[in-house]
Amino acid sequence: MNKIKCECGHVNPEGTVLCEACGKPVEQNQHIDGNDKRKLLNMRYDGSARRSQTYNKSIVDKIWNFFSSVKVGVWLIVLALIASGIGTIFPQEQYIPANAVSRDPAIYYEDQYGILGQIYYQLGFHNLYSSWWYLLLIALIGISLVICSLDRFVPLYKALKRQRPRRHTQFLKRQRLFSETDHVKDDDKAKLVSGLKRKRYKIYEENGHIMAEKGRFSRWGPYVNHIGLIIILVAALLRMTPFMYLDEYVWVREGEQTVIPGTDGEYYIENKDFILETYDKNDERFQEAIEQQGMVEKNFQTNAVIYKETGEDVAGAEPELEKITEDEIRMNQPLKFDKYTLYQSGYQQNEFQNMTFKLHETGDPDEEALGSFTIDLTDPKDEYRLDNGFRVVISQYYPDYELNEGEPRSKTNYPRNPAFVFTVHPPGDEEPEMSFAGIGKNVDATGENDYKLGIQDFETRFASGLTVRVDYTLPFFIIGAAIFLLGVIQGMYWQHRRIWLHPKAEGIMMAAHTNKNWFGLKKDIEHIIEDTSVKMVDDQQEIE
Amino acid sequence: MGSLIEISSTMLYTAFVIYLIATFFFGATIRQKNKPARKGISGKIGITLTIVGFLAQIVYFITRWIASGHAPVSNMFEFVTFFGMCLVFAFIIMYFIYRINILGLFALPIAMILIAYASMFPTEIAPLVPSLQSHWLYIHVTTVALGQAILAVSFVAALIYLIRQIDQTVRSKRTTWLELIIFGLFVFIGFSVISTAFNLSGYSAEFEYSFEGQTVTTDYHLPPIAGPNEGELLTGGRMEPLFDAPGWMQGVDAARKFNTLIWSVLTGLVIYGLTRLILRKRIGAAIQPFLKKAKPDLLDEISYRAVAIGFPIFTLGGLVFAAIWAQIAWDRFWGWDPKEVWALVTWFFYAAFLHLRLSRGWHGEKSAWLAAGGFAIILFNLIAVNLILAGLHSYA
Ligand code: HEM
Repeated sequence: MNKIKCECGHVNPEGTVLCEACGKPVEQNQHIDGNDKRKLLNMRYDGSARRSQTYNKSIVDKIWNFFSSVKVGVWLIVLALIASGIGTIFPQEQYIPANAVSRDPAIYYEDQYGILGQIYYQLGFHNLYSSWWYLLLIALIGISLVICSLDRFVPLYKALKRQRPRRHTQFLKRQRLFSETDHVKDDDKAKLVSGLKRKRYKIYEENGHIMAEKGRFSRWGPYVNHIGLIIILVAALLRMTPFMYLDEYVWVREGEQTVIPGTDGEYYIENKDFILETYDKNDERFQEAIEQQGMVEKNFQTNAVIYKETGEDVAGAEPELEKITEDEIRMNQPLKFDKYTLYQSGYQQNEFQNMTFKLHETGDPDEEALGSFTIDLTDPKDEYRLDNGFRVVISQYYPDYELNEGEPRSKTNYPRNPAFVFTVHPPGDEEPEMSFAGIGKNVDATGENDYKLGIQDFETRFASGLTVRVDYTLPFFIIGAAIFLLGVIQGMYWQHRRIWLHPKAEGIMMAAHTNKNWFGLKKDIEHIIEDTSVKMVDDQQEIE
Repeated sequence: MGSLIEISSTMLYTAFVIYLIATFFFGATIRQKNKPARKGISGKIGITLTIVGFLAQIVYFITRWIASGHAPVSNMFEFVTFFGMCLVFAFIIMYFIYRINILGLFALPIAMILIAYASMFPTEIAPLVPSLQSHWLYIHVTTVALGQAILAVSFVAALIYLIRQIDQTVRSKRTTWLELIIFGLFVFIGFSVISTAFNLSGYSAEFEYSFEGQTVTTDYHLPPIAGPNEGELLTGGRMEPLFDAPGWMQGVDAARKFNTLIWSVLTGLVIYGLTRLILRKRIGAAIQPFLKKAKPDLLDEISYRAVAIGFPIFTLGGLVFAAIWAQIAWDRFWGWDPKEVWALVTWFFYAAFLHLRLSRGWHGEKSAWLAAGGFAIILFNLIAVNLILAGLHSYA
């Protein structure tokens, strides 16, 4: 390394722009911070030697320099910004409405949005935020952040540690705030110092040269906040692993008990009761609004009991359950037990529990029952024998019936709209007959059936939809966000201000610098020169 | 109960009128021939009135809270009104840091435009659906609004800077962009004017159309230039829509809101056109001479400082509190809902702004344009995301 020795005696590392000790511009390096073209010195990193500005030979140098450029960093941020915006033009795949014509993205986007939708889908924008290139973009921002911060933090830290109160006059004259007073009495100088102290500046002195400084710690704000961001990015990576994050969904019907998925059969939940409440339309306060928008939900909740399996894990044996907690789960009031959290996510109203059919003769105007049977929809049998010798066989069962391009199928596995294809075997050796029955549907396959099946009765109940969640990454996100915010506040709500006083013959030179809020710095100076003959600093900033 | 709501609306109206009067006093501070002493007085009266107006608006807020039983930030009317109030608050803070009267002359009218805009939405008190029944509703919403309001002050200072600094002797790209920003403000005024006009006349036309597989109806209060996609007019004696709103507009009642937007732009154009006719020059050029005494470097500083103060608050409210609430209510702290994404876009944008300013020396005019861009994104998130994009934040 070619160290640079300044006339003040300080030895600076290669690439230094302003001597770390006295601030004198190092002649051959002025182009680095653009000082050769301007009157004022670029004080961003106090003219310290940054790796990215010093070396550019090896491939490592080149990569380092690429990522440590703020220009590159801003470009990455802008690209992420644009990409994020594009992802909101059409809904992401997970937001395709449940009642869409088709939830298959290959069909949905074209069907709904035409050619643009199709392009959107084919470019993969329907899953934009988990696409490899979006994640890459975020990762690049992360890398850029780390390298950028290291490139500046280390030299800036050293430069601020090595700075001396005595500054070179060239350095002072080329500060944005500067004044020179020819005659200053000694007690005016003392007044300046006491004024600075009153404003809580720290005073450093060297042979009558004074540097007053405050808020240096705010210079570390950006680096602190970048650390917070990195923690958040790492947490997001961790979240993609199954050890740290569990996401399951369970439907429990009223009165039922079921194993909680994702707990390895360790926990069971019972839905004792599901409650749905709506706002009273006679409530004076909300009357007008309810008239306009219709019924508004007030609350839905599951009264749940959680059990733990305590018995030996014997295949086929009934689980031995021990009740561990009983609580009400509502939106905004999840239930926590062990490492799991249960969230009230949704519900299904009027899910069918059982249906009773009766058999009658097709031609009978009174539809008098020849016999009837009840199907438990969670556990339908293959065949029902009626008292009068008839047999009804379930040939097809569609729990959630719909017609899809002319083909019958079940939309889900839940009995929300049950429909059956029955085969009715009359006693004796009459031919069996096929018929189709469901809510509001009763179709006779051949049109020549002698017997007909009709719905006599049914019972419905609520099914409660709960999310099961384990998320060990949350603390990381919380810590990351907290550090980020502290860093931002540290950098934004405080400023690093320095004022230099440089005795010259009878008089004094005064220069000042801050990283932001020049208005505040000027007010400080106005305050400390009050009642002295020292001139107010000139603002030498060139407005472009 | 009823009387409390009446007090509440009266106080909002009072606040609006007081802001208007305060604006005139701030206006008086720029008249060149005034003596400095007189100027000081009108500035003082201006800020005092602003504070009185702000207090009146606080009374509005509290009484409405008591009447409804929840913080009045749960629908479009309440939120935008609150945003306007925060803008006044942010202005008051900035005023006491920098003692600059001219800021009030621009900040108060913008706050008034927002309040007038808000009042065109349904103002009745609506009950809260389960997901909104959380303290995080107002913790989140109030911090977001405050953060955005401080960022809006950055825009106000930037706007003054641009009007003051841009060369108006010849027409250029910059003068055109500046006029566009000013025109944007006229669109808001247009919205309020046209909505009021048709509200007074009691216009209404009902349509039936299909939305997410269901047949729904919507009630137009402005004549339908754009009707619902493949909708059918139910009310007799009303004009048929000139065309249908495009099918990709997804929000609730998207077509009706789109129609309102068209009306607002048209009305805005008319008012803008008339103003230009009267002034016989660009609006920027007409205002410029009054700003001669404003110090550009101070305006630049205020604009930046507002971002420096507003950015952490916005991050806290718009991202951190939002995430905490989403975690409690919807079991995930981040869901790529359009409104969330646009909060992220806003955040990215201001991060870019800060980096450009700090490390690439984007001061003065460049920085001012960026501040205007940031405000545009905030408004986009407030208005357009509800208009064309579907999502969880189904305000209005
Ligand atoms: C979304 C991502 C980012 C956020 C939210 C962020 C946030 C911030 C903030 C708030 C500041 C302080 C600015 C000020 O005081 O005015 C800052 C400074 C800075 N950031 Fe970032 N940053 C991000 C990404 C990056 C990237 C990718 C780079 C690398 C190119 C970078 C490099 C810097 C540098 C060099 C500084 C100035 C440090 C100084 O001068 O002391 N940042 N950042």
